[in-house]
Amino acid sequence: MAQLDLRELNNTEFPIPDEMQGNVAITSLSKLYNWTRRSSMWPLLFGLACCAIEMIATAASRYDLSRFGMEVMRASPRQSDLMIVSGTVTKKMVVPIVRLYNQMPEPKYVLAMGACASGGGPFKEGYNVVSGIDMYVPVDVYVPGCPPTPQALLYGLIALQKKIDGQSLANMDDVPWYGVGPSEPTPVPILGPDIIDPRQMDLIRRQAELAAKGLPYGVRELPPLKPVSTPVLSKVTPKAAAPAAAAEADDPAKAERQRKRDEALARKRAGEGAAAVAEAAPAAPASGEKKKFDKAAMLEQIRQRKASKG
Amino acid sequence: MYGKGIAKGLWVTFKHFFATYVDDVRYAGRKYMRQENFGVRQGLNTQGAFTVQYPDEKIAVPERFRFVPFLVTEDQDASRMGEDWCTSCGICAKVCPPQCIWIVRGTNPETGRPVPQPEAFFIDIDICMNCGFCAEFCPFDAIKMDHDYEMASYDRTRHHIHDKQKLSKPSSYWKSIAPTTALEEAAARGGWEHSDIIKSMKKAGQTPVPPTKENMTFEPAKLVEVAQPVAVAAVEAPAAEAPAPKRAAAPAAPAAPAAAGEKKKFDKAAMLEKIRQRKSEK
Amino acid sequence: MTDKATMLEQVDVQGAVALLKQQFPDAVKDDSRQGYSGVIVNKDSLVEVATYMRDQLGFDYLSSATPVDYHGIEDSMEMVYHAYRTTGGSALVFKAQTDRNAAEIPSLVEVWPGADFQEREAWDLYGIKFPGHPNLKRILLWEGFHGHPMRKDWHEAYYEEDHKPFESRWPEGWVRRAEEMNVYGKNVNYPADLDLSKLSDVSEETLYNDLGLGTSVQHLGSDDQLKTDRLVVNMGPHHPSTHGVFRMIVTLDGETIESLEPVMGYLHRNHEKIGERNTFLHNMPFTDRLDYISSMSNNLGYALAVEQLLAKGARYSPPTYRAEVIRVLMVELTRIVNHYWAIGFLLNDLGAFFTPALYAIAEREKILDFFEATAGSRMMCNYMRFGGVFKDLPERIRSVAVKVNDMVRDYNTMDYLTELINERIPRSIDELDTFLTDSEIIKSRTIGVGYLPPDMAIAYSAAGPLLRASGVPYDVRRAEPYSIYPELDFDVAVRYNGDIYDRYIIRLDEMRESVRILKQLLPRLEKTHGQEIFAGNKQHTPRVPVGESYGRVENPKGELGYYVVSAGDEKGPQNPWRYHVRAPSYINLTALGPMCVGHKVADVVAILGSIDIVLGETDR
Repeated sequence: MAQLDLRELNNTEFPIPDEMQGNVAITSLSKLYNWTRRSSMWPLLFGLACCAIEMIATAASRYDLSRFGMEVMRASPRQSDLMIVSGTVTKKMVVPIVRLYNQMPEPKYVLAMGACASGGGPFKEGYNVVSGIDMYVPVDVYVPGCPPTPQALLYGLIALQKKIDGQSLANMDDVPWYGVGPSEPTPVPILGPDIIDPRQMDLIRRQAELAAKGLPYGVRELPPLKPVSTPVLSKVTPKAAAPAAAAEADDPAKAERQRKRDEALARKRAGEGAAAVAEAAPAAPASGEKKKFDKAAMLEQIRQRKASKG
Repeated sequence: MYGKGIAKGLWVTFKHFFATYVDDVRYAGRKYMRQENFGVRQGLNTQGAFTVQYPDEKIAVPERFRFVPFLVTEDQDASRMGEDWCTSCGICAKVCPPQCIWIVRGTNPETGRPVPQPEAFFIDIDICMNCGFCAEFCPFDAIKMDHDYEMASYDRTRHHIHDKQKLSKPSSYWKSIAPTTALEEAAARGGWEHSDIIKSMKKAGQTPVPPTKENMTFEPAKLVEVAQPVAVAAVEAPAAEAPAPKRAAAPAAPAAPAAAGEKKKFDKAAMLEKIRQRKSEK
Repeated sequence: MTDKATMLEQVDVQGAVALLKQQFPDAVKDDSRQGYSGVIVNKDSLVEVATYMRDQLGFDYLSSATPVDYHGIEDSMEMVYHAYRTTGGSALVFKAQTDRNAAEIPSLVEVWPGADFQEREAWDLYGIKFPGHPNLKRILLWEGFHGHPMRKDWHEAYYEEDHKPFESRWPEGWVRRAEEMNVYGKNVNYPADLDLSKLSDVSEETLYNDLGLGTSVQHLGSDDQLKTDRLVVNMGPHHPSTHGVFRMIVTLDGETIESLEPVMGYLHRNHEKIGERNTFLHNMPFTDRLDYISSMSNNLGYALAVEQLLAKGARYSPPTYRAEVIRVLMVELTRIVNHYWAIGFLLNDLGAFFTPALYAIAEREKILDFFEATAGSRMMCNYMRFGGVFKDLPERIRSVAVKVNDMVRDYNTMDYLTELINERIPRSIDELDTFLTDSEIIKSRTIGVGYLPPDMAIAYSAAGPLLRASGVPYDVRRAEPYSIYPELDFDVAVRYNGDIYDRYIIRLDEMRESVRILKQLLPRLEKTHGQEIFAGNKQHTPRVPVGESYGRVENPKGELGYYVVSAGDEKGPQNPWRYHVRAPSYINLTALGPMCVGHKVADVVAILGSIDIVLGETDR
């Protein structure tokens, strides 16, 4: 099944005579790079929770990851290309995860397996749970499910291969690691009184000043619930979130490009504090007709919540 | 004798190694070509475990399988076509352990009274734990657990809160993925229709048609093709053109639930228009 | 000695309580609160009373020690202890109360070393101090964390309400991600008195400083010997052989282990805090994620605990016979699944990378197919309900729905089970036996390694295969039978050497005993075919009477207990006031350090593998 077929590589612009089909391939450099990269994606041998068991089941005989060139699970991050974040990410664990991510050589990919790794999952409300690994490291593919079945994980891995197939070496937004100079490592979070993202130091400082003055802090003043896709965190990251939203309005393809660029930019600019928030920016879901909402009641609710916290 | 235990162990490994070839010989190359053989390989009487060549072949999920929930919409009764079975009673939101269901109860814009229909319905699949309580305790059989597990995406901020539009699937879809359960539920309701309709029918002196396997209004063969498009492609593709189905089988656009869209046999735009009309009439 | 022996025979738990009160008239009084049982011990004489219980009354096994915060009801905290006799019988429950603001209870580590981790957890999550505890520091969270999160008045960043269901979900449920409410866009919440100058990670420093690092270089041995330093090796949390995100800090002299400190909490996902906000039913799918390899058994334990509470009410109908049969069927299949996994991955840890594991878990897939067909999910079964099970076994494993692949797994369920239980599972157990048991490599790596003597196993509250491999024939299914185990014919597997090899062998034995039980269940399933699987009406919010209960089952990994307190109507009628999990993996780890001392560093992973932990349950 897993035989090499050169036709996979063919670049359609150059016709190959029938008799040479399968013996000769003419291709572009990008395609060759992508093909090699996606065909030998070595995952990090790295399990967090329940999903890890399904990941092992996927690697075992019945689903057999090796059909995708992924059976070589490396325990060392230095030898792996793909981090399958399989399970609940806790605050205590996110520190090693970011370190592992930093230690992985580029090009590197992250797959968030299951609801917990994608967005906190059923344990999201917990005090020690990170609501999505994408708050700390950029994620390429999300696989929903609790836990995703082995077939769902395989689907996610194929989706990742698709994504790699679509990358272009000419486009630095796609492949930021081929750019000039070494890339910045993702700052490792600190276990303080609560987990601290070094990129948010300024924000924390400002909030601490508010708290010192006895003002409400830590809770966001929310706009009334109008489910339009306004970037909610635009105050924090005007550069990263706002353009994407603006572009989105007129052309979806353009928006997609813009988003990719923003993502790559954010990745690059990780040290400046944009990445995590841009990834996290929880755009309210776009949906059809929405009703007017009682603003006064909502504000009152927020005030009450603050009062009870303070 | 030293080494005897190791030899015994290696003999087991050798038998496993040998057994794979026994199977190859038994099916003489037809092993991966015929659908029946897949069944045999994954069956109970085979020795050891055989690889499922996903995505070319898939293990069909059992009826009770649960992934994320979906909402059942009407597709039998012409007068209610496209409407939700949900009455926005809120029980699913209450029994949801991680509280991933948000429901906006519908209100009549003129009277301000609640109407038995959700105005909006959201499920955050990044919180959902696929436990199935919503489907188990729904008194109207209006929310069900879907079998579609192929929903990986590149962006969770936009795709992972399912709204009503994304959640809605026709009741025939539910019957197609879980015929036995659907039949049991219908028998408990007293007919294929929504329980409210059955009630009103009974009030009006009509008797609903008792649900049986035969009057289940769907054609299994058709729906099967939709539910398992890849598997069908893999079967039909002649073996000589082996690489083609593999590429075709890969997800075309994982972000957009294209398959889910196709599964719906009715015109969604028309349905939405109808709902809007109904609302404005009210 | 003869006195003690006769006392054990004659004095049951009531008699023991009477003797206690007679012996300590001032310190011991009955717990007279409605729905509660056991005694309340004055905390000043707690150690004395506990010693008497252990030595004179024979309650040598401390199963569970857990705090409850009665904030808002009594404004006190209490520690609840469940002590058992290893000869069987029910629990002697005793409690010690303390003030919330200066919570302090004498440590019982001297009496039962098994209380070690549980008291550390109580300090970590509740802020109760234990004078006399040798190593009282945070265990699940990190040093420097603000506050003690399980206290009822401590609220997390995403706090919404005290009880589920939340108001914001219905009827005005416009969706809002919790991140949006938070300025940081994350699940974080800093205390108001945050000291910005000290924003550094102190947890690691504290960890290593306690081992004497960073202070001075310590030389071992006298002057004429080879001068070596102690070497501290950190294993985990990212390590292929720690069975998840578990971490050990090992102090080595050369290759020999001097001390080993387990560090956990990397998968602490606040199960109990969430559990106290949930309704009773909400917790059922959460229990799946405790020991995620054996979710069915977790379900059963929790169902038993809540059913005990429900039984205190007037309108309660116990599970039907068929429901009990199905429950035992599921639980025993789960035991087999778990032991496949445990053996496979023990061999992984011994260096036989993945081949034994592959052979072991191949058959597991067939059992999971059955779970998937019956409960709907391969791993997170969520199958038990209070008073029965979710649904009866399906007629067929596969439905007729999908025409493609319809030969796949399309079997009559009973045929499938019969084939599985009579043919496939015994065959694969035998295969593992042939494959591994006599192997000289395995023998030389495991025999005599990680020895745990029986008295120590009891003292450290070890449970399950770990306890029984040390020669203590203690199995909850026999010691305090539940469900239909009394009418089933099986033996409690026991081995006497207490090393890794015996812990491996005992798992094979237990699998064979499970098959024996399953064979007895098949005719019972046939006979009860078509009978009700649920007693009474299925309710999503049952009214649970006031009181406490402790439901325990023999999980594949050991004794799994749920301590559930219902505060009754006035404090949220549908939510448990306290929901505690006595996790076997967590408490079994107490003995890991002593077991490893003196062995080589390569043996650590093997010893850990032989305990068979799962982190979902360890950290909760």
